[in-house]
Amino acid sequence: MAMFSQNPLMNGPNYSFNEGPKVNAPEGARQHRFDPYTDNGGSTLAISGADFTIMAGDTRLTSGYSINSRYHPKVFKIGGTTADQHDATLCLSVVGFAADGEALKERLDAICKMYQYRHGKPMSVKACAQRLSTILYQKRFFPYYVYAILGGLDEEGKGAVYSYDPVGSYEREQCRAGGAAASLIMPFLDNQVNFKNQHVPGSGEGHALQERERKPLTRSEVEILVKDVFDGAVERHIEVGDGLQMMVITKNGIEEIFLPLKED
Amino acid sequence: MDHRPQAWGRPRDDVYGAYDASYLQTSGPKNATQSPVVTGTSVIALKFKDGVVMAADNLASYGSLARFTDVKRLRVFLDSSIIGFGGDVSDMQYLDRHLNELAIDEAYDNDPSTVPSDGTSPPGTLNAANLHKYLQKLMYKRRNDFDPLWNQLLVAGLDADAKPYLASIDLRGTTFTSPTLATGFGSALAQPIMRRYASTEEQAASRTREEAIEVAKECMKVLYYRDARSLDRYSIAVVTKEGVELKQDELLERQSWAFAERIRGYGTQTV
Amino acid sequence: MPGFDFSNYNRNAALHAQGVPLPKATSTGTTIVGCIFEGGVVIAADTRATSGPIVADKNCEKLHYISPNIWCAGAGTAADTEFTTALISSQLELHSLSTGRKPRVVTCMTLLKQHLFRYQGHIGAYLVVAGADSTGVHLFTVHAHGSTDKLPYVTMGSGSLAAMSVFETQWKAKMTQDEAVKLCSEAILAGIFNDLGSGSNVDVAVITPDKTTLKRNYIKPNERTQKLKSYKFARGTTAVLNEKIIRKEDLGNFVSVQEIHVAEPGDKMEVDV
Repeated sequence: MAMFSQNPLMNGPNYSFNEGPKVNAPEGARQHRFDPYTDNGGSTLAISGADFTIMAGDTRLTSGYSINSRYHPKVFKIGGTTADQHDATLCLSVVGFAADGEALKERLDAICKMYQYRHGKPMSVKACAQRLSTILYQKRFFPYYVYAILGGLDEEGKGAVYSYDPVGSYEREQCRAGGAAASLIMPFLDNQVNFKNQHVPGSGEGHALQERERKPLTRSEVEILVKDVFDGAVERHIEVGDGLQMMVITKNGIEEIFLPLKED
Repeated sequence: MDHRPQAWGRPRDDVYGAYDASYLQTSGPKNATQSPVVTGTSVIALKFKDGVVMAADNLASYGSLARFTDVKRLRVFLDSSIIGFGGDVSDMQYLDRHLNELAIDEAYDNDPSTVPSDGTSPPGTLNAANLHKYLQKLMYKRRNDFDPLWNQLLVAGLDADAKPYLASIDLRGTTFTSPTLATGFGSALAQPIMRRYASTEEQAASRTREEAIEVAKECMKVLYYRDARSLDRYSIAVVTKEGVELKQDELLERQSWAFAERIRGYGTQTV
Repeated sequence: MPGFDFSNYNRNAALHAQGVPLPKATSTGTTIVGCIFEGGVVIAADTRATSGPIVADKNCEKLHYISPNIWCAGAGTAADTEFTTALISSQLELHSLSTGRKPRVVTCMTLLKQHLFRYQGHIGAYLVVAGADSTGVHLFTVHAHGSTDKLPYVTMGSGSLAAMSVFETQWKAKMTQDEAVKLCSEAILAGIFNDLGSGSNVDVAVITPDKTTLKRNYIKPNERTQKLKSYKFARGTTAVLNEKIIRKEDLGNFVSVQEIHVAEPGDKMEVDV
């Protein structure tokens, strides 16, 4: 430290911008600071279709270089009237710090349940999405370290996906990847779901070339895409693997699918 | 002259003297958090078809000093669940006191003669799953207050359907379950051994009590070989429908140090 | 001047002090092991190389050649293990040529530890050295700071504890070659499946006084799953915004071209016979 407190380039005078508040601890005393956050790895994904939404996540829970659990679901049914959530209409996926994810899920679930009991109808995705944003922003200065995605069907029965940052900024989207391998998955999704950078062959020259028309994928197409996406993420990200959990939200309810992933 | 933009417009120390940082806030925020002092090392646990086996050694270390060699780190709760404590021993003892109070409150509310014969816990009593949730809320609350209980806990017993239940909680309130679990050093050394015994719930459900105990003892031995903060005296507990069987003064058996005879030096030495 | 070039040291120290992060090296968060058996020695390694949480190479080689009868398994910074083993391999070859004897494992180990000690741990090479020579069969570990160990079974890297759990439960003295190969691959598999820094395949090398057998990808427990769908694009999917064709004869307008005639096509390098 002493060597850097001098201006290392000039070996000359120092400038006061280096001075920060000093803690009044005795010299040499080391403080074991408690860090309330950790990253538990894993990745999530949500894609909305014309009349369905699919939410997915891997089931690995990590800390550092070790696997805490090979089966720790990241996607949850929200707002059902019973503990087994058999009549739930919404799904929440959480990835990041697992304890915050759990706390966030339980809070949102309780709120959705209260809404159901008070109004006699389940919360709409739109309303739930706004409420989730508020919950996240309420902890602006001690955030839930969680990348949340909310999925369901909107008032018209179309698939709806809402994605969030840890402090509550949110947006409705066609698809979204979250968590450790998000940066690997998202560009692929842009290309395969929203057909970004795809054009109709022979439809024109240069800029006049027509973009490939966007249309929602079918349920089977999305299920295949999700499996392929996670197989790819498992290959290149060490924190993703073990199992793939998928929730398919349709007007007939929520179907849960489990598929194996590589365990190395 | 320093031409970096960060230096523009800043008072030079050789002209004005170094900035007197004492004008800034000198006392930090209240420091509720300590670091662990007297600590226990790994706890390991594994499921079998009728229940769960858990083990931990009887050592409480003070840094690198083996300070207390007869500290019991497994605790029975309401004769139906076991909790294993890794990490700070004073926080363990605080939790132990707290759980004693909780157990007394529970006993007042519930008549033991109403226990159903199918092994499920009577409505209203805390089974292992309930206890785990309770401790998770407690630990997460303490982390939110920046005053954590510096422990990692394993909770074992039966859930509401009388199936074997095993889960972990750490000082940040993170929880997870798995057919086999280990805290601290055990997560690196014992988990690979236990995962060979049962890597899935289905495999764990096909294992017997004897097999589980055998693997637990093997793990304690490997931990004693390779964890410098461990001891050869340990506690082992088995929880099933019939209740908890806890042994608190076991000694490692069949250790092998035979390989040591062959070792000569660390490099070029041959004698 | 031989050795490393430190001329950017002050610049880098200044940049680092201003918060510019250090470049990320590809490290082999690794499982490597070694085990002596009756009549030889086995070393084994996984094949995953990582850069942070990203898998940089799914099938890299961590068993390095030193001499025909000495091999090295490397963990730590990939470049350091690669260059350190190559450097010592070269020195040992020259030493062997000058003395007219086959290199010894202790010589290799001593060269490695003295080299690494000189650099006080800044060369992040963690090695398992194994070989057979005129004095017998040997197995060592060498740490980045220069300390060494001589043991009948060893593990290193981020998966060393997982691998050691296998040795501590299953190792016995006087194993056969097949038993030792099986034990070492079991240890690597424990690393592959329990340590996130390790993954993919198992490489094994068996060294006996008369020969070395390198079993590259001895076990492949993590074959890539077949994609469910083809992601081939129809020709013309990607927009061509600008197109310009430069003919070969017009190349001189853009770059200076000089034709150099090669005396003989397929000319071989001159080597000692």
